[in-house]
Amino acid sequence: MKLTLHIWRQKGPSDPGRMVPYVLDDVSEHSSFLEMLDQLNEELITKGEDPVAFDSDCREGICGTCSVVIDGRPHGPWKATTACQLHMRQYHDGDEIWVEPWRAKAFPVVKDLVVDRSAFDRIQQAGGYVSVNTGSAPDANALPIGKETADLAFDAAHCIGCGACVAACKNASAMLFVSAKVGQLALLPQGQPERQRRVLAMVEQMDREGFGNCTNQYECEAACPKQIPVDFIRSMNRDWLGSALWSRP
Amino acid sequence: MELDSKVPGGPIAEKWDRHRFELKLVNPANKRKFRVLVVGSGLAGASASASLAELGYDVDCFCFQDSSRRAHSIAAQGGINAAKNYQNDGDSVHRLFYDTVKGGDYRSREANVYRLAQVSVDIIDQCVAQGVPFAREYGGHLANRSFGGAQVSRTFYARGATGQQLLLGAYGALNRQVKAGKVRMHPRTEMLDVVLVDGHARGLVTRDLVTGRLERWAGDAVVLATGGYGNVFFLSTNAVGCNVTATWRAHKRGACFANPCFTQIHPTCIPVAGEHQSKLTLMSESLRNDGRIWVPKQKGDARPPSQIPEGERDYYLERMYPSFGNLSPRDISSRAAKKVCDEGRGVGPGGLGVYLDFKDAIARLGRDVIEQRYGNLFEMYERITGEDPYAVPMRIFPASHYTMGGLWVDYNLMSTVPGLHVIGEANFSDHGANRLGASALMQGLADGYFVLPYTIGHYFASHPRQAVSTDDAAFAETEARVRAQQDRLLGIQGRRSPMSFHKELGKLVWDDCGMSRNRAGLERALARIPALRDEFWSDLKVTGSGQEFNQCLERAGRVADFMEFAELMVRDALNREESCGAHYREEHVMPDGEARRDDENFCYVAAWRHKGDGEPAELVKEPLSFENVKLATRSYK
Repeated sequence: MKLTLHIWRQKGPSDPGRMVPYVLDDVSEHSSFLEMLDQLNEELITKGEDPVAFDSDCREGICGTCSVVIDGRPHGPWKATTACQLHMRQYHDGDEIWVEPWRAKAFPVVKDLVVDRSAFDRIQQAGGYVSVNTGSAPDANALPIGKETADLAFDAAHCIGCGACVAACKNASAMLFVSAKVGQLALLPQGQPERQRRVLAMVEQMDREGFGNCTNQYECEAACPKQIPVDFIRSMNRDWLGSALWSRP
Repeated sequence: MELDSKVPGGPIAEKWDRHRFELKLVNPANKRKFRVLVVGSGLAGASASASLAELGYDVDCFCFQDSSRRAHSIAAQGGINAAKNYQNDGDSVHRLFYDTVKGGDYRSREANVYRLAQVSVDIIDQCVAQGVPFAREYGGHLANRSFGGAQVSRTFYARGATGQQLLLGAYGALNRQVKAGKVRMHPRTEMLDVVLVDGHARGLVTRDLVTGRLERWAGDAVVLATGGYGNVFFLSTNAVGCNVTATWRAHKRGACFANPCFTQIHPTCIPVAGEHQSKLTLMSESLRNDGRIWVPKQKGDARPPSQIPEGERDYYLERMYPSFGNLSPRDISSRAAKKVCDEGRGVGPGGLGVYLDFKDAIARLGRDVIEQRYGNLFEMYERITGEDPYAVPMRIFPASHYTMGGLWVDYNLMSTVPGLHVIGEANFSDHGANRLGASALMQGLADGYFVLPYTIGHYFASHPRQAVSTDDAAFAETEARVRAQQDRLLGIQGRRSPMSFHKELGKLVWDDCGMSRNRAGLERALARIPALRDEFWSDLKVTGSGQEFNQCLERAGRVADFMEFAELMVRDALNREESCGAHYREEHVMPDGEARRDDENFCYVAAWRHKGDGEPAELVKEPLSFENVKLATRSYK
């Protein structure tokens, strides 16, 4: 099929950036969206033009590296699918497609479709873990955890840290991302000793990074490739409030 | 050159304990004076960085991804083995050890494998304590499942995302040390060379992938945790960024490369759909529990599967291996699929695929049961192929998945370059000629959490510490070499992209050094690889400059290393005149076509030593002795 792509080109953080149209012939319906971009880049390189920079790695929906907004939707039109798993049979000959990077103050553009998501790492560093040194763990079965609890904790822990939730939110809020880690550890007994300090520290770091506030639009849940439910935001809010009221100065 | 494996004496069950006592220690107050440079942040790299920092060492950790959480360990699906015997089914450290040695077709080092089985139990404890949400029974205890090559249930799992959950556990431990100021994390930073001072690994030269700046790092030891080289085939289940650059460049500085021809081809992947394809996707081996594998009996049968009557189908695994059938081991299933496709009986585009059919299972168990067991996999398959596997049989084909070979290491996980340690898939260690399912995660974490943190201290305590500075001549020289290579890549200004060369190399290696190998094919590859490499260095096109974010340049550098590495891999396959595990030489087979191992002549680790560009590498052998597991022929008939 023949496609017209409108792709965001931006040389670096200080460049204003613009949409640039490209016409691509002979796109196979079997290729993935990123393979279609590969094809464009092969053409550009052969012509000596600068290829479009975009991030990807595993290309099977789990590493969370790919980060493109396709026709206004993070990861494109398919539900519960990362851009790397979106396939071109979704499109038809003659279609026009608009491709942009995640847009959020806390995710500055590095180049073209590549953004800097190190803010997510800093939020995790603020407290997204259980403080246990290697070698000091008791036997794994010494602490029984109900199947339902373990399953729910997995649902939260399945977050791939891609940032689609932020890109989808009109406030660029990172609440779904933060609540997934807070929620996973709040559900498990291992997470209890640091529960209060964790939620306070992670939310504080989130605010410091310049993410917006949550206004309950649920766009994040709709865009999340792992379908993490907004319920975790609710429980994080409760946790935060309790911790802020009761934590010792 | 002699290889000293430094395996301690005594009975196998006591070796590790004895060794730990004999290892020299570093005073707790002195540990902070030692700086460790860890390259890679997957299971091995993240667990090592966190554990070393907890001990008090000063750690710098580097990864090319934008976050340490995205290392390719994240994509592992199935699970992690541990000899916990929670199922009371007779498992033990010795049984896990035995299964792993046998599964590796007797080409691994016994003492290393035994230690791996010993520490496997600690790994599960550690991960649970971190909050890794493993699957559980209703009573709250950990659930297990079975995997290939074992008759006990010892695999721990977290749905189909065990690698993700284990990696995020290690990422948490790493983040805790970053927060504490004990680890400095350097994402989007690619290691381009290791710096040797007085013969010891004392530093790195890296490229900041955002600014393009080359940087020098000095330390007291270097740890490579940079994964495998499966992308030498271009198409593999590896992430597109996986590469051989770190281990290859270390090899060129003196680290021996061991058993590079041991590459695992996984039998159940989604077939190639066309030229555009950039990677292959694994479909979990568990599907073979209920799916039946077949091809048409007739050559070139183009009818849709539903129109091929039962009598005209060849369920070839059930026919050839009646006792293991569709659950035959990976290497055997992969070769059988290749055989029927070579006969012209393959299905789908290009005839490179076989059917994995759930029709009988759906009829027997009902669609609901199948959906419960494999729903997410069916969904993934449909997303990629656009075909509904409940209605039409899946098409699968083998693909490069894991590499058993890697840099040679001794019992302390140190390479032939003093101070250069290698952990996880990047070393050759524990899997011999074939890795069992759910053992890669185990090995990565064993090395990082429980082995390296002890052994690296011994290295520090055994050598007088001498300060080095990045201003030393060795750093300037290494940086100049890296810069020269980069300038050369940018200066060619030919016509072909790095990816086009990578594809061509991958196809060549797949055809002649893939699932099945013979002398003529390997010799052909040995002639064609240098020719392709020459073309690469004369007709490559790299856009942009070195002083910017430049993915085209990144890729070119990695392809350049694959071009050199591929030749060594083929040479190793040519040298190994036997069939063992994943290495299948058509000249060395039983009358029935099964692999014929040659213990008399090839019971050794083939470690290759770099002798200079353009010179053939020197083969150094580490003989393997089996004192606790008896050498025997594997049979699955």
